[in-house]
Amino acid sequence: MSTTETDPRDAPRASGGGEAPEPILSARGVEVAFAAGFAPGGGKGTARAVDGVNLDVSAGEIVALVGESGCGKTTLARVLLGLERPTGGVVVFEGRPMRYGSRDLRAYRRRVQLVQQDPTGSLNPRRTVYESVAEGLRIHEGTTADEAERVAGALSGAGLRPPERFLARYPHELSGGQRQRVVIAGALVLDPEVLVADEPVASLDASVRGEILRLLLDLRDELGLSALVATHDLGLAWNIADRVAVMYLGRVVELGTVEEVLAAPAHPYTRALLSVLPDAGEGEPVVLAGEPPDPKQVPPGCRFHPRCPVLASGEAERAGVADLCRTVDPAVLGGGAERRVACHWAAADGTGRVRAEAGGAG
Amino acid sequence: MSADTEEHGADAPGGDAGGANGAGGAPVSPRALARRRRAEALRRFAREYTRNRAGLVGLLALSAIVLLALFAPLLVDQAELTVTGAPGAAYEPPSAEFPLGTDNFGRSVLDLIIWGSRVSLTVGFLATVVSVVLGTLVGVTAGHFGASGGPAGRVVSSVLMRVTDWFLVLPTLVLAVALAAVLPRGTGTIIIAIGLTVWPATARLVRAQTLAVEARPFVERARALGGGHTHVMAWHVLPNVMPVVLAQTTLLVATSIIAESTLAFLGVGDPTTISWGGILEAARTAGAISSGIWWYMIPPGLAIAAVALSFTLCGRALESVINPRLREQR
Amino acid sequence: MTSLLDVRELHVTYRAGHGEVPAVRGVDLSLDPGGTLGLAGESGSGKSTVALALLRLLPESARIGGQVLLEGENVLDMRWGRLRAVRWVGAAIVFQGAMHSLNPVKRIGDQIAEPMAIHGTVPANRIPGRVAELLGQVGLPASRTRDYPHQLSGGQRQRVMIAMALACEPRLVIADEATTALDVMIQAQILALLKRLVAEQGIGMLMISHDLSVLAATCDRVAVMYAGRVVEQGPAREVVHEPAHPYASALSAAFPRIGDPASRLAPRGLPGDPPDPADPPPGCVFRPRCAVAETVCATVDPPLWPVDPDPAGNSARHAACVHVGPARPLTTARDGGTP
Repeated sequence: MSTTETDPRDAPRASGGGEAPEPILSARGVEVAFAAGFAPGGGKGTARAVDGVNLDVSAGEIVALVGESGCGKTTLARVLLGLERPTGGVVVFEGRPMRYGSRDLRAYRRRVQLVQQDPTGSLNPRRTVYESVAEGLRIHEGTTADEAERVAGALSGAGLRPPERFLARYPHELSGGQRQRVVIAGALVLDPEVLVADEPVASLDASVRGEILRLLLDLRDELGLSALVATHDLGLAWNIADRVAVMYLGRVVELGTVEEVLAAPAHPYTRALLSVLPDAGEGEPVVLAGEPPDPKQVPPGCRFHPRCPVLASGEAERAGVADLCRTVDPAVLGGGAERRVACHWAAADGTGRVRAEAGGAG
Repeated sequence: MSADTEEHGADAPGGDAGGANGAGGAPVSPRALARRRRAEALRRFAREYTRNRAGLVGLLALSAIVLLALFAPLLVDQAELTVTGAPGAAYEPPSAEFPLGTDNFGRSVLDLIIWGSRVSLTVGFLATVVSVVLGTLVGVTAGHFGASGGPAGRVVSSVLMRVTDWFLVLPTLVLAVALAAVLPRGTGTIIIAIGLTVWPATARLVRAQTLAVEARPFVERARALGGGHTHVMAWHVLPNVMPVVLAQTTLLVATSIIAESTLAFLGVGDPTTISWGGILEAARTAGAISSGIWWYMIPPGLAIAAVALSFTLCGRALESVINPRLREQR
Repeated sequence: MTSLLDVRELHVTYRAGHGEVPAVRGVDLSLDPGGTLGLAGESGSGKSTVALALLRLLPESARIGGQVLLEGENVLDMRWGRLRAVRWVGAAIVFQGAMHSLNPVKRIGDQIAEPMAIHGTVPANRIPGRVAELLGQVGLPASRTRDYPHQLSGGQRQRVMIAMALACEPRLVIADEATTALDVMIQAQILALLKRLVAEQGIGMLMISHDLSVLAATCDRVAVMYAGRVVEQGPAREVVHEPAHPYASALSAAFPRIGDPASRLAPRGLPGDPPDPADPPPGCVFRPRCAVAETVCATVDPPLWPVDPDPAGNSARHAACVHVGPARPLTTARDGGTP
């Protein structure tokens, strides 16, 4: 376990203007299409769960992937873990495209770890804490001489101190927060480089939530761990992330640092999401009518246009982009650390505040 | 509370899978602690079980029968079981000397039944082991590859399940009779014939349970940790299907004992050994029914029923302890 | 004006294996007609037990003490027939998890009609019209009447649940984590709907949630529960933005306000776990997790004191902490600090 020389928190911001650091994990044009059978409330067809996503995670960086349920964030997280094979595009880890041979996957999974939403379900109820944490070690190294030491180390690293108190417990004897710490310890024991967390605190109590988020931050600061956190919770992004990618219907629609995206959102969807937060304060909440859209029927033109408040209010018309919105699909956003937004209206805004990539049709 | 009770059945069967290759230098403490916890869980399980009165009765009856079978050589003089060494006259009604009368050769029916329990129980247990092992293997494999083996795995899974279905729709008895007729005569043949015919139900059950376990997030976590098929099946699926398998086993023993008796009664069994089904068959051919010699016919039938019932009681009790929802319904 | 709901000294104790586990330990709440009261707390705080106790929906192993006055009538003393009439007609509950609360094999129109048919509040021939009207109120087209629950999305099912609750025109609606499993956008839709219904129909609403920010945005008053007790109670904005009890302030800080520099890269939570209800610590139950606990807290279990009372001793806000109220001189002597 080594600490990084520079404060990792500076990394993304320092890179904003100059040469971007080599991302440790990236998605390049990732697409996932499911042949949808009888989905509830829908017909047959192909569900484009992820529809062309570029996203980079640099060393020591925490990226939040934000969106509503059904937007494809969980699928994208599974693709990045190699649990799902993309139907298009590639996942690149340390500059090399991911390979799906069982040996390659095993080696990969030592270094990129998963933290799931429901800590109760992600621990085998018939295994003790010790066994659950040692599981990864045994998979990769068999039973080693220093196993007990490393398990204890990982448990205290995850904030379960003293570890001896927890070793022989079963998951049902722990609180929700403790269970999530066990899951995190199970990931830490392999000294990974990247954590992919899917809603890591969504099923935890409010007071525990902050503790687990602080743990993720501490791990980044102390071990230089990178993380991709898929969540519907914008507050989580504000709490721990360096950068945010907002996903809508299988695409990233806005990308940038947390300050840029959450304090000055450019995409109408991001604005709407922020405006409906109970604590949003100033401004009328923009409550989008209707249901989250169906990935089996992606609308033509901009995929957000049927629900877009900017288009509905006629503002897009005034900016002269209404036709574009209805007919031209904004280009897939590039990755990297730059600020990007997929919106014709924002591109026409002309303030030069954001670099919008709305031009080319996809 | 409910999460707590769910654990009770857990650790008896899958207990030491974790310590399989633990000969290395791992310190004793966590493992010893774990062992102590398992002993505790087992005690809790025993406590729950003893609360189930029917299960307790079944267990006591079963223990008595097993003890009787184990100590049969001490209770019964084997020489008196041969046709030539029969101690009494033919068809003596029950008396102080022969509490259940004698058969057509003058052998004590009670002695025959005590001795016959050995074969009946052995066949019952071993046939069950064969079918449970087979059923669990097929069920776990089909369930696991069907859930997370990709397209190729789904093919493997479908093929296994079609084979299972094929066995399931075959009339068990006819298949067993055919197998017993083809294979050389002997107790081993009977065991195999029964074992090969009763496994499909277990396979179906285990597959369904496997699918339920596979859907839980800890299996995904294991895959994300780099665990392969073997790891997932042995480390996660098996311990979680074991309680169901255990309950199924006790129920299957009853089925197997009845199947053995039926085969013996149909005359497919090994004529040289004494089993309950064999006694019944002998009684039938000797015309015990028409001549009203009830003591030759009824006791072996009752013995079969008693053993089958005890196993079923135990099985139901196990099921209800393992699955708390079932218990609430009672 | 008499209160719509008046809960006095409510106690609920569950009989468990070896002894008794107190889940609610003396809760007082009151709600005026047309008012909204938020009840905040984490799992195990007893907030859902309170909701169920209000309509006597608790399992048999629960023993209830105190009074629940619904329009002056004690629900806990009611005979069965009266209680049945009070459920739905007097007060209705909207539960979390609408997927499980709806019958999957019955059309939603029939399910909405069911309480009206049972209680006979609407003549049979007018029920279809009333169902359509209710669906309209919750923002669903009347054509959905013949749909089955699986044909609806999560947000739509929650709307159906609200329509069912409104069917018999109750005076009180209890929303138990009614928006918890929903996406932010759907949550905003449902909250807006509830707010509108309360305003239009003058219903009183008791809203239960773990998310203090949701309650702050929806309710007039908020009560924060911890380990079976109300630890702070008062006007929603004050409780959420200037909490007096350290637990309320931790809960409030757990959901950051975006744009607030203090919470940027600084998530805040509480160390430790809630106390075991069967074996609460002596003194203040929050003490083991409290950052500002003092020696007195180990012995004094503070009642609800008025926060910043006016000269007459009245205050809209109360908190159960030695740092507020008359106990303050005791503690300020040493470190002079309030939280």
